[in-house]
Amino acid sequence: MAAADKVDPIHQFHINKIIPIDFGGYDLSFTNSSLFMVATVVVASLFLYLATSGRHLIPSRWQSSAEMTYEFVGSMLKDSAGSHGMRFFPLVFSLFMFILTANLLGLFPYFFTITSHIIVTFALAILVIGIVVFYGLAKHGFGFFKLFVPSGVPMLLLPLVVAIEVVSFLSRPVSLSVRLFANMLAGHITLKVFAGFVVSLSALGAVGIAGAILPLIMAVALTALELLVAALQAYVFAILTCMYLNDALHPGH
Amino acid sequence: MFVTPAYGQETAPAVEGSDAHATSGAQAGTEVPHEAAHEGTFPPFDPATFASQIFWLAITFGLFYLFLKRVVMPRLAGILDTRSSRIAQDLDQAARLKGEADAAVAAYEQELAEAKAGANAIGQQARDAAKAEAETARKKVEANLEKKLAEAEAHIASIKSSAMKDVGGIAESTATAIVEQLVGKADKAGVAAAVKSIAG
Repeated sequence: MAAADKVDPIHQFHINKIIPIDFGGYDLSFTNSSLFMVATVVVASLFLYLATSGRHLIPSRWQSSAEMTYEFVGSMLKDSAGSHGMRFFPLVFSLFMFILTANLLGLFPYFFTITSHIIVTFALAILVIGIVVFYGLAKHGFGFFKLFVPSGVPMLLLPLVVAIEVVSFLSRPVSLSVRLFANMLAGHITLKVFAGFVVSLSALGAVGIAGAILPLIMAVALTALELLVAALQAYVFAILTCMYLNDALHPGH
Repeated sequence: MFVTPAYGQETAPAVEGSDAHATSGAQAGTEVPHEAAHEGTFPPFDPATFASQIFWLAITFGLFYLFLKRVVMPRLAGILDTRSSRIAQDLDQAARLKGEADAAVAAYEQELAEAKAGANAIGQQARDAAKAEAETARKKVEANLEKKLAEAEAHIASIKSSAMKDVGGIAESTATAIVEQLVGKADKAGVAAAVKSIAG
């Protein structure tokens, strides 16, 4: 069973209870997923807190990296949602840092990747879309629905365009969450499959070990790719959040 | 390609697993039946774990959000503000210092021009004074020389006149001597009258 687990690419996504908690019929156990959520928050918080604790006028390397992340997310939000969007800066920044840290932590062997579970990415996406809808309605009232009515469309085509806009809006939380989830899941499965090839081939003796070099090279290359994907998906999630928030702030096309 | 067979293989035990879970409802919270239930479905799509994940995500992400909003972001904003204001301040100071330096250069040049003009004036004055002094000195010397010349001329004239006075006596004695040599004896009075008539 243990040997089978080693090469089973799905095993890494299993959720194991560490502290079982049952609350009113709901299973709210502290699991390995929860552990890595805590780890993600602790690592990201410690990085940001310690890197900026010096408050140097001329930044150290750590402080500079924290500042660069901050300014990167800040300019991303300002470019896509304007200066009004800066009220959502804490949300976008914490989303970006949380996803980035979770993705990167997940790349360590034997570590759990919390963003490889659809419910986590979906919850984050629903959070974003929920804020977009509530803020849009609170700020613009019915004017928010202008989002679905692009200006300059002929009356004849309007019902069709509105239908398309509504469907595209409703598919946003799905696409936002599935994109991150699927990237993480597929990347980790592929890595595990190639790493599994190395293990099972090298069990076949000298020829197998020679043959295992190819999947080993693949696994190394994939690790580099996954590093890129980890950062890229955090960026994509953050920039799409910025664009959706822009819709809440400026619903007219 | 690896997902499908694994998923397919484990669908059968899934039913068993959920059965086991259902039958062992009395001992809920124990590890074994739950593990079995998890083996059954593809883990990311196992709804049994959703509540726990959402719960802990809400807690961890909520705390993270608050921590960033309350502690980290004000601090980062403060650092960046301090830096940009410091840079602006430094630029202002540099502009101010440049202005001061420019003013100092202008003042220096003006003073230099003034000093040059002053030096020229002093030089001119000194030259004029020296010229005037030389002129008076020259005039004095010339006057002196003129006086000396006049004195010398007067002296010469007096010497000449006294010499001319003697000329008559010398001519008389010479003529007497010549006459004595020629004639043997000379009439002194006659000679003197002759000389006097010649001298006019």
